[in-house]
Amino acid sequence: MMDQDACRPTPGAPCPSGENNGRREFLGAAVAAVATALTGCGKLSKEEFLQHNFRELSKEEVLTVIERLEKEYKEKFGKDVKVANTPALPGVMFGYALDLSRCIGCRRCVHACVKENNQSRDPEIQWIRVLEMEKEEGVDLQHAEQYYNPAEVPREGHFYMPVQCQQCKKPPCVKVCPVGATWKEKDGIVVVDYNWCIGCRYCMAACPYGARHFNWGEPNLPSKDVNTDTHYLGNRPRAKGVVEKCTFCVQRTRKGLYTACVEVCPTGSRKFGNLLDKESEIRYVLENKRVFKFKEDLNTQPNFFYFYGV
Amino acid sequence: MTRLLRLSILPGLAACLLALAGSAVSAEEHKKHAAAAVEAPKDLVQVPKPPFSEGIFPCSQCHDPKAMAPNTTRRVLKDMHTDISLHHGPDSRWCLDCHDAYNRDNLHLANGRLVSFNTSYQLCGQCHGDKLRDWRVGVHGKRTGSWNGAKQYLLCVHCHNPHSPHFKSLKPMPPPARPEAIQIKNGGAK
Repeated sequence: MMDQDACRPTPGAPCPSGENNGRREFLGAAVAAVATALTGCGKLSKEEFLQHNFRELSKEEVLTVIERLEKEYKEKFGKDVKVANTPALPGVMFGYALDLSRCIGCRRCVHACVKENNQSRDPEIQWIRVLEMEKEEGVDLQHAEQYYNPAEVPREGHFYMPVQCQQCKKPPCVKVCPVGATWKEKDGIVVVDYNWCIGCRYCMAACPYGARHFNWGEPNLPSKDVNTDTHYLGNRPRAKGVVEKCTFCVQRTRKGLYTACVEVCPTGSRKFGNLLDKESEIRYVLENKRVFKFKEDLNTQPNFFYFYGV
Repeated sequence: MTRLLRLSILPGLAACLLALAGSAVSAEEHKKHAAAAVEAPKDLVQVPKPPFSEGIFPCSQCHDPKAMAPNTTRRVLKDMHTDISLHHGPDSRWCLDCHDAYNRDNLHLANGRLVSFNTSYQLCGQCHGDKLRDWRVGVHGKRTGSWNGAKQYLLCVHCHNPHSPHFKSLKPMPPPARPEAIQIKNGGAK
């Protein structure tokens, strides 16, 4: 199966006949064998094994990669999954602000995020973690509970603080990645090339927000739940052994849409926009409200802010 | 964005000024103006219809001034609208402080100026001016749609029942699985 296209320079083009053919086939088979031996699993195709870091790919190579991915997803899920490659919009730096005086901890955002971003369902990987904190203690992680489950929220004497990737300006996770599989895009989104990630989880250790998550097993994503509108650097289905994280719904926001968590929040606590646009909601929040950054002392310089809207 | 919203409010204000200027302007005409105020910015900012109870609007289908003379005495309602319990400063206000006795399909401000149900935020903003200011710039309340383009916003009453405005508690969605509940089976987590 993996060698079907081996002799074709471009998919769909006829196989060039000639003396090179045998050599190519041999090389292809050899590489596939090495790939199988090195990775310890026969699932990795030769093309996938030989694929370079996303940032080093030419435009044509990116298109080839996307074509391969779409074909693989079609085989796996029986659905046409569209993998976009939309670049960062010029003049845009994404920022996020969350109103701690409004959030009631209903976790609608957590589950809307899972639905939008094709996370594994069982066990469920969640990119947003909502912390229940005590009003008397303030923002104090020693008094934070993430497994709260009362009949109704908000609970008396408590407030809620959702934590997700803070899209730091100085991301420690990017700094520690030994292979350069994660980086900060021009619009401020920290992304992962799931095909380049080696699963060492250094980034998870480095992230002070617990925002990165690891696929310990083969992600359990039923076909019916697949969101077919995906982005290469965002919510395309992942494989076992790679790290994933919130990407500010890159597949949505680069099209001008709000993130899934903003769309679903029943209290309107979540504000999203362009930090470089003076007219944006996010700038109004930063200029007029009491704002803080989570774990500011670590100098990660988040583009994610918490504020008190009251 | 702020500019757009202000623009959208202008026709509404104009309509109200007209209503003030001449008492001869009939309720019918006023309604037309109010409708125009809501429709004008449709492609820029959209607002869903106010969340009326089923079949209750227009109020004038029962409150016909010819058939039923308005009783403006403050009292506890016993025959109709008994489902409404006022938890919005009940000591200092009652129905006709916001609803207009003579133009039932409208509300009125403290100065008597009529406002349509579609622009009820003007009424709320009389007391909650800080919230109105934040709402106009998109900081208070929910906005959906496009961060760099057309947005949909909600009226105050979509989230806050005007008769009992405290935001209602919700059942939280399920918490994350605890690590001890996740087991590895055959190379895959279960």
